[in-house]
Amino acid sequence: MPPTTFRIWRGDAKNADFREYTTEVSEGMVVLDAVHQIQAESAPDLACRWNCKAGKCGSCSAEINGKPRLMCMTRMNQLPPGETVTIEPMRSFPLVRDLVTDVSWNFEVKKRIKKFKPRKPDAEDGTWRMQQADVDRVQEFRKCIECFLCQDVCHVLRDHHKHNEFIGPRFLVYAAALEMHPLDTEDRLADLKNEHGIGYCNITKCCTKVCPEHITITDNAIIPLKERVVDEFYDPLTRLFRIFKPKKPAESTPA
Amino acid sequence: MNEPASLPLPQLRSLGETSRKDAWWLQPAATFAGLFAFIIYSTWAAFQGNHYWFAAGGAEYLSPFYSPEIFGNSPHAWFGPPPDWLMKIWPPFIPFSPALLILWAPGGFRFTCYYYRGAYYKAFWGDPPSCAVGEPGFRKKKYRGENSFPLIIQNIHRYFLYLALAFIGLLLFDAFKGFTFVDDDGHHRFGIGVGSLVLLINPILLGGYTFGCHSLRHLIGGRHDCMTNCSNARQGAYKGVTCLNRKHMLFAWMSLFWVGFTDFYVRMCSTGVWTDLRIL
Repeated sequence: MPPTTFRIWRGDAKNADFREYTTEVSEGMVVLDAVHQIQAESAPDLACRWNCKAGKCGSCSAEINGKPRLMCMTRMNQLPPGETVTIEPMRSFPLVRDLVTDVSWNFEVKKRIKKFKPRKPDAEDGTWRMQQADVDRVQEFRKCIECFLCQDVCHVLRDHHKHNEFIGPRFLVYAAALEMHPLDTEDRLADLKNEHGIGYCNITKCCTKVCPEHITITDNAIIPLKERVVDEFYDPLTRLFRIFKPKKPAESTPA
Repeated sequence: MNEPASLPLPQLRSLGETSRKDAWWLQPAATFAGLFAFIIYSTWAAFQGNHYWFAAGGAEYLSPFYSPEIFGNSPHAWFGPPPDWLMKIWPPFIPFSPALLILWAPGGFRFTCYYYRGAYYKAFWGDPPSCAVGEPGFRKKKYRGENSFPLIIQNIHRYFLYLALAFIGLLLFDAFKGFTFVDDDGHHRFGIGVGSLVLLINPILLGGYTFGCHSLRHLIGGRHDCMTNCSNARQGAYKGVTCLNRKHMLFAWMSLFWVGFTDFYVRMCSTGVWTDLRIL
């Protein structure tokens, strides 16, 4: 493959711009390899967060040619040959330097979501019984590697800066994993509506498109949560029927 | 949420500003063109008030835009011509059309559909124009999403679903009637015309779309954390709806096109432009 030019975002929050680097790209390389090669050849001070190089640690999130992607999972031959490759940091988080952003806001958000609260143990030895079919649904959500690409692409955070009012798709997935868990008895619906801003999501499915773990974020997590919020707060018929239905802990009792 | 001071985030991008190099505008442009064409055609067809049924050659075809025909002048009308009380309250500047009595229901179902919401927010309102593409500058921090009026009304979707399910049954009945032809001696006999097949495909595609609805998926089983506590029938139904839900976008577009084409076919036959070929 011929030498490839990379436009990489350099600088900090106050002063930053694109800088161009050219390096040889060989077969099988991913974008992260190219960044490391640029570090070795011409930009030893280029800041870049990475760890596993296997798409499992979620560290090397960036925007490659404008699309939020993991650098370690973006093969060079997936990009248009002969064209300059643009690499930028994520835009939904404060820039630390170069390609590194401060994602600590996400960890603060996570603390605000009500924790897992299991029902009483099913057996005397303090263990529970549940069917695999019942946990299949939430196991999809546990594939999340917290790369925060979904948070980055979500226009509510990215373009509207609603960080104070909206928790973003990653934490709606997290809330769904807890809320739909067959053992969980906690009720997060009021928080989702009032504190976590689920109503801000307008279902553009961008989060689903960028997820490197292919979690069906919108269809399997966000929309089902939105429907549960409708049940709880907006649908008068469901509220009426609920009077005659048992509460969640009773429903969760194993058959 | 008690969030500390605002995060020092990058400057917001302006409308259409992006580093994307692909044709990001293609999908929203295609969505805009498809939906806009359908809105124009369906509005035009709904206001016509004529040529919405075809009765030549023994056929009994009714356009889905006019089904159910509650009041109207065709043989399909449930209660005959529009009564005086209806015409008294009918706005004088709008010509009476049976379609206007019913189209709000399937229209509302599609307007509040989760798939279409995401699609037309992008295509018509640029909210966002496409993933990772800058939005119109006037919106910025004023964005309210579906959190408050007017878009909070989208939560009514499940009620439109109930109506849409009834429409599937009505359109299946129309398809059934499309397979009955009146012979010269006045008897109804089974037959197949091209129009019969057109009318049959319509509720099949609409069923694929409606039975894959996210609200139906929730109501039929998604609201339960322990599906294994539910009956086998419910578990099977949930799996079926989930299966269709994965193809919701595909069925949304196919059914949208076909319902428009079915009206067009009946209209063309009714006006004599096309001849309905009898297969059997």
